Amino acid sequence: MNTLLILSYLIGSVTFVVGLKMLSHPDTARKGNLVAAFGMLVSILATIFLYGHHGEDYSTKLIWIFGGIAVGTIAGWITAKRVEMTKMPELVCLFNGMGGACAALIGLMEYGANLGNTMSLATIVAGMIIGSISFSGSIVAFLKLNGTMNKPIRLPYYNIINSIVMLGLAAMSVWVVMTGQPESMAYALFGVAVIYGLLFVFPIGGADMPVVISLLNSFTGLAAAFGGFLYDNQVMLTGGILVGSAGTILTLAMCKAMNRPLSNVIFGAFGGGASGPAQDIEGSIKDISIYDTAVLCNYANKVTIVPGYGLAVAQAQHIIHELEKTLEANGVEVKYAIHPVAGRMPGHMNVLLAESNVAYEKLVEMDDINPEFPNTDVVIVVGANDVVNPAAKNDPASPIFGMPILDVEQAKHIIVNKRSMNAGYAGIDNHLFYNPKTSMLFGDAKDVLTKLVAELKAM
Amino acid sequence: MEIFSFLAEHIEMVYIVILSIFVGVELIEKVPAVLHTPLMSGANAIHGVVIVGAIIVMLHIDVNNTLGMILGFLAVILGTLNVVGGFVVTDRMLEMFGKKKKK
Repeated sequence: MNTLLILSYLIGSVTFVVGLKMLSHPDTARKGNLVAAFGMLVSILATIFLYGHHGEDYSTKLIWIFGGIAVGTIAGWITAKRVEMTKMPELVCLFNGMGGACAALIGLMEYGANLGNTMSLATIVAGMIIGSISFSGSIVAFLKLNGTMNKPIRLPYYNIINSIVMLGLAAMSVWVVMTGQPESMAYALFGVAVIYGLLFVFPIGGADMPVVISLLNSFTGLAAAFGGFLYDNQVMLTGGILVGSAGTILTLAMCKAMNRPLSNVIFGAFGGGASGPAQDIEGSIKDISIYDTAVLCNYANKVTIVPGYGLAVAQAQHIIHELEKTLEANGVEVKYAIHPVAGRMPGHMNVLLAESNVAYEKLVEMDDINPEFPNTDVVIVVGANDVVNPAAKNDPASPIFGMPILDVEQAKHIIVNKRSMNAGYAGIDNHLFYNPKTSMLFGDAKDVLTKLVAELKAM
Repeated sequence: MEIFSFLAEHIEMVYIVILSIFVGVELIEKVPAVLHTPLMSGANAIHGVVIVGAIIVMLHIDVNNTLGMILGFLAVILGTLNVVGGFVVTDRMLEMFGKKKKK
């Protein structure tokens, strides 16, 4: 291998490590991303110009390669720039699927050329299968996140079916590799792996998609690493393994935030698999008008806003900032209580509120805000549901039992803005709404908040 | 055993794998929840390095192998989407964090 090429790959590998390191601190995160991107550029250019083995039709190939890069760059750049911040998780998911598909295609192309070399075939097949699962799984996760496929699909005995397909896939791979089957079998394997990816994500509920995406993310990393093994390519290997291990840790961290083991996310059906009868709900629901809400907030000392994904869906993140400024101008102390899994991904809500210029100090994490709720006069819950559901604390039969929640019940008044009485993302009822201290403010978040701000300004 | 001789031949790669696993774990363990999404997105862009593999395939495939060329071309597009889209989205997310710093 060319010395310059080796050096470029070294630069690539180091920038990935440094980039990831910087990405894990708020101050350096943005630079870290650019550092990794630079390393990627170096690695790609070095591969194109220094790799060698390019035969006689180098110029033709260059045209095709640069053509592909141009198409991918333009499409990727435009999509990434144009997408709304609320759709970010879907997009990450989609790009992950593209990477998986890329790994799968590499496997398909390399298979025929490596017949007769069992170890190479094993590497190729492993990368291809993992890539395919990541690809089809990501597509399903994408569809679930954007609402196209909003109900978990559970075939009868889906756990058994999935396990059989998985074992079948593994057995078939071993047979194909050991006996060196012809190329057509590689395509068959690819097909089965794609089907397994679909089956893998189908039964998992939308609320768990962040965990699934993170998991599939590390799968794609692993697929890239197998490519690294195949080509003795250090940058693919380091990049892939780094993402594989970092992605796994991230997945576990997310599960921890939801207080559910990973196995429960994958094999246990969320919102449906709960055992025992749900507790009966007593009490009734109390409405509140916008005017009364305005009065209540205006004469409060301390107001805490609990934003949820519903806020983002209604595009109300700007108006909520307006509400905060109006209240502060009237001498009310306002804070935001951010649940670790508010939004669709951990940290998603912070990104959304940051977009509308909410000050960083105002976003308080769950553990820090929970002790403050008893001294809080008014809590305004906007578009959040499961993260404030007391069932997580006191109903062992609830599917979210054990998940840490925001203790909004401790506050003096709770105002919940919701579009309707429909259940939350996890599909379960919320006792909070029936609490005597709770008042419901029905309506579209953006609409209601705009009117609320107008009332407050008139006071 | 073929597998042992394979590992012995690629012993440097084996070391890289093991050490990289530790580095990855070490890097991520102390990350605040706020940064989970950007970090996942950044990691997502990094595994786009698989595009290097797609380019390598394109370089040593026979130009007259039409199916191969088409698949390779597709793989390059998909890999680029992963890389470019991944880094740009991450940058956009982190841009939001930078904005509030100035205040």
